[in-house]
Amino acid sequence: MANRKTRKRKTTKAAKATKAAKAIAKKRTTAPAKNRQGARKRRASAPATKAGRLPAKRLEAAKTARTQRPTVAEIFETMEYGPAPESDALANEWLDRHGREFGHYIGGGWVAAKEHFDVRDPARLIDLARVGQGTAEDVDAAVEAAERAQPGWEALGGHGRARFLYAIARHIQKHHRLLAVLESIDNGKPIRESRDIDVPLVARHFYHHAGWAQLMEDELADFAPLGVVGQIIPWNFPLLMLAWKIAPALAMGNCVVLKPAEYTPLTALLFAEICEEIGLPPGVVNIVTGDGRTGAAIVEHPRIAKIAFTGSTGVGRIIREATAGTGKTLSLELGGKSPFIVFDDADLDSVVEGVVDAIWFNQGQVCCAGSRILAQESIADKLLTKLRERMEKLRIGPPLDKAVDMGAIVAPVQLDQIRALVQQGADEGATLWQPSWSCPAEGLFYPPTLLSDVAPASTVAQVEIFGPVVVFMTFRTPSEAVQLANNTRYGLAASVWSENVNLCLDIAPKIKAGTIWVNCTNVFDAASGFGGYRESGYGREGGKEGLYEYCKPRWLAQAKARKTRAPKAATKKSIGKAPPAAVELIDRTPKLYIGGRQRRPDGGYSLVVQDAWGRRLGEVGRGNRKDVRDAVEAAHQARGWGAGTAHLRAQVLYYLAENLAARRDEMVTRLHLMLGSDDAARQEVDLSLDRLFTYAAWADKYDGLVHATPFRNVTVAMNEAIGAMGIVCPDEAPLLALISTVAPAIAMGNSVVVVPSERHPLAATDFYQVLETSDVPGGVVNIVTGLRDELVPTLAGHDDLEQLWYFGPESGCAEVERLSVGNMKRTWCHYGPPRDWTDRVQGAGREFLRQATHVKNIWIPYGE
Amino acid sequence: MSALQRNPGTHLDFDWLDSIQVNRSAIERRCATLPKRRSVKKEWQAAWLLRAVTLMDLTTLSGDDTPGKVRRLCAKARQPIRQDLLERLGVADKRITTGAVCVYHALVPEAVRDLDGTGIPVAAVSAGFPAGLTPLEQRLDEIRASVAAGAQEIDVVIRRQLALTHDWKTLYEELSAMRQACGDAHMKTILATGELGTLRNVAMASWVAMMAGSDFIKTSTGKEPVNATLPVGLVMVRAIRQYREKTGHWVGFKPAGGIRKAKQALAWLVLMKEELGDRYLQPDLFRFGASSLLADIERQLEHFVTGRYAAHHHHPMA
Repeated sequence: MANRKTRKRKTTKAAKATKAAKAIAKKRTTAPAKNRQGARKRRASAPATKAGRLPAKRLEAAKTARTQRPTVAEIFETMEYGPAPESDALANEWLDRHGREFGHYIGGGWVAAKEHFDVRDPARLIDLARVGQGTAEDVDAAVEAAERAQPGWEALGGHGRARFLYAIARHIQKHHRLLAVLESIDNGKPIRESRDIDVPLVARHFYHHAGWAQLMEDELADFAPLGVVGQIIPWNFPLLMLAWKIAPALAMGNCVVLKPAEYTPLTALLFAEICEEIGLPPGVVNIVTGDGRTGAAIVEHPRIAKIAFTGSTGVGRIIREATAGTGKTLSLELGGKSPFIVFDDADLDSVVEGVVDAIWFNQGQVCCAGSRILAQESIADKLLTKLRERMEKLRIGPPLDKAVDMGAIVAPVQLDQIRALVQQGADEGATLWQPSWSCPAEGLFYPPTLLSDVAPASTVAQVEIFGPVVVFMTFRTPSEAVQLANNTRYGLAASVWSENVNLCLDIAPKIKAGTIWVNCTNVFDAASGFGGYRESGYGREGGKEGLYEYCKPRWLAQAKARKTRAPKAATKKSIGKAPPAAVELIDRTPKLYIGGRQRRPDGGYSLVVQDAWGRRLGEVGRGNRKDVRDAVEAAHQARGWGAGTAHLRAQVLYYLAENLAARRDEMVTRLHLMLGSDDAARQEVDLSLDRLFTYAAWADKYDGLVHATPFRNVTVAMNEAIGAMGIVCPDEAPLLALISTVAPAIAMGNSVVVVPSERHPLAATDFYQVLETSDVPGGVVNIVTGLRDELVPTLAGHDDLEQLWYFGPESGCAEVERLSVGNMKRTWCHYGPPRDWTDRVQGAGREFLRQATHVKNIWIPYGE
Repeated sequence: MSALQRNPGTHLDFDWLDSIQVNRSAIERRCATLPKRRSVKKEWQAAWLLRAVTLMDLTTLSGDDTPGKVRRLCAKARQPIRQDLLERLGVADKRITTGAVCVYHALVPEAVRDLDGTGIPVAAVSAGFPAGLTPLEQRLDEIRASVAAGAQEIDVVIRRQLALTHDWKTLYEELSAMRQACGDAHMKTILATGELGTLRNVAMASWVAMMAGSDFIKTSTGKEPVNATLPVGLVMVRAIRQYREKTGHWVGFKPAGGIRKAKQALAWLVLMKEELGDRYLQPDLFRFGASSLLADIERQLEHFVTGRYAAHHHHPMA
């Protein structure tokens, strides 16, 4: 993935960029444009605007042509629209005041940049300003400033931070129009959108999170800030993405180093000025501009605790790989190919407007754009006709015109990609439809485009085009709609249109996506968490669910700060006098437990297991990659578990406890041999029973929320099972850690593939006999014993496993995280001092439930 | 602009009524964003406002209306904008008058006399306006009387009860009878949307009114607590569009009540242009029912011409 930036750089030297840096520079997935030589079905009518500068003379000529205005009498007859330009005078004045050259905002002041690059207006193709190309030293200085500021910022307390966030919100409003105009000239989006959507949402985000800062000590009392957070944001909603990143980070007591996208850094720089204006303590917010190399420097910085990134899945992958094993936490909001599902009883005229909001909002440069229309066959033709008529009425033009629906595409490279993909779609047989009117000849414009006769196998149905291009497919039944909707590697959002509330609420939970909009689309609010499933990334932004991305359990923060090790369940010292070695009356053969059956390992090998005194305790199967494969398959077969009721899951967990209690003495005897301490063995069994009760209790109590979003709707934040997940247990606490991880996972409706303690696997194989007698459906819990390092890569690299918890040695985290990129599965790796599994806080509770669920926000407007 | 064939109506199609879907939240969202998606400024705004004047049913519907009041109204309808402004706008030759004058039956003769020779039609509210609760025969007689008195347009009201109880058959029959009573006069059917409860009812009532042969469908009497709102208008114009797609017949639209500001008028014009097309910016297919709107338009036009904010008393009253 080469950096094919075509924006002209004046003084940037070709620095030696790492592979990661190059790829990060490229903000969005570029799908390969193949088969360009194929016969064209219909030529795209987009005007070919060559990237490059419009000569000043031609610009003048164009201006004079525009001044020949029709008379009132003429317009009275034609009733045409005219130009309705928003002035950019004050934005220009602001740019001039800075000499149209910017450095970085570090430690509360402006730091001159050594190198600069040009920022261009994509609609007029003029240079707006020169901004700094941040170097590794700049990033380092910013991190240092943030580090210096963070303790004070945290110590300011919730109310103190709330005052600053409130001031930011107010000042966003005071500079509302300047921010909007600047955003539009920098990005190319219509002023209507920046003025009516982006900037109001920005202010709202800061207001909302001022509230969370205020409430943190009450509502998140057991949480501490992460420290310094690195944030990298895209060009499609420059200021809004900044708000989504900075507001929660600051509210939770972190300090940030943020890099705006190189195409669109201007509003971030104005935001820095607002930080100065309100007297935000120096170093709390640091803005370093630059391209992917700057981003790479942030990603690779050792003293940054967390990376928050919004951008393409491709770059997200690179960031995941680059941070693997470093202990940095990640939240990634990546690409999408969101379905827009239309049932035959929908209000079709409203659906058409929904499509306008879905794909012709921000020129389709929206990660959650409804870019795949799935229409029920019975109304498909009618909808297509209506869509085409509507498209004729769309207006495209200068972003500052108050009467346009669409502005300019952000950069030539994006425009090229859109053109190439549309061409490819046509080449592959899609019917291409664009309005009869033509786009402005100058500037980076692309017309609204509809590709019908598209099948899931078409390239354009699979890849993110990131432009004003929607594909149209049909379905026959609701279940087929769900299948098609989920037939994608992404899972960011979906839109469902039907007047039948039964149908909508049936479909919404079945779609694998973080946001479901019922009879609406592309609505956002600070109170509602936004984020993806699958390769659309992980983490949420907005709502209470979004706060956890910016804080960590206090015990973990304190343990890390003290650098002390938490007590282990059993230590060498506690090993007592050896009891008689285990002697089986009849030889036992513990097997793997897959799909509810005891299975011999595929490879046919066994491993000898020793007791605490080094004596042979027994053998277990040595599972291999095929066993893992079968276990994952079995876990998928058990999906009925998650679809069933929480009450039923609670009953099964209680029943597990009941049956484990019945075998308590036997378990204690075995654990005594493993752990070398009778007391520890008793404690382990008793706490395991306690845990089973805990999660039986939680099963029907980990409620979602109804968010208070500011329009007439119900926004339901549901905690949803993730699906098939892997759990790699620690060596210690062989029964307790197994149950402390499996129980919350299955309580929430997941099915699991467990790699038990490598040292003491017999605790797990004994436990499957309890599973067998407790009505746990086959496939819900699968146990694969063997060598951890042999099994983990298969699990981590399995593309049909949606989450992996890893409690093995810290040294194994890197591989888990690196291999997770195949399907961008969520990982939960434990860094730092080992968990004390006997501790109620460290070994149980909401942290586990949160990790075992996705938060899905379903927006349901109402009103007859 | 070609003269259109009148809507002859169709049979009462229950299948179509059953298939109507209206999503209120989506409708409201469209209406909230539409006026912000289109902005007309400067010359365009002036021209559009002049057009709005020609689409206006200048209305007086008060219990204390007298011939003298109607005479003033008709004079204003003939000369709605000050001549000096028209000249400076370059439209003095456009014969700018309002679309019609709208009065109660009792004032029809006066209005007809005052507007004789101007080409400005007189519209009469009728059929038991505003509640529509008098016996059907009396309502039909009233229509016939107004037509006989020279009214060219009859604004009839529906019995809300029939819509609220979904007695579409009776509604269809009553409106068909009224349409017959209108003869050559055009029938504008007032749905009194503010009293229909739901947008779905508005859509269904619109369809029944069109199937019964209405030339126009109109939002309100101006006497309901809620009058012409954009969401109601959007539902009605979409019904008009679908009716045309299905039958090929053109039906006009008239929002009435509550439209007092030039800015509101522009929003309605944008709605018509976007949802129904430019043909719907002509007086044979679109009217505003308004009384105080004109005064605001006059002031906006003067501001465009002079650059100064205008005073009410600088413009002749109706």
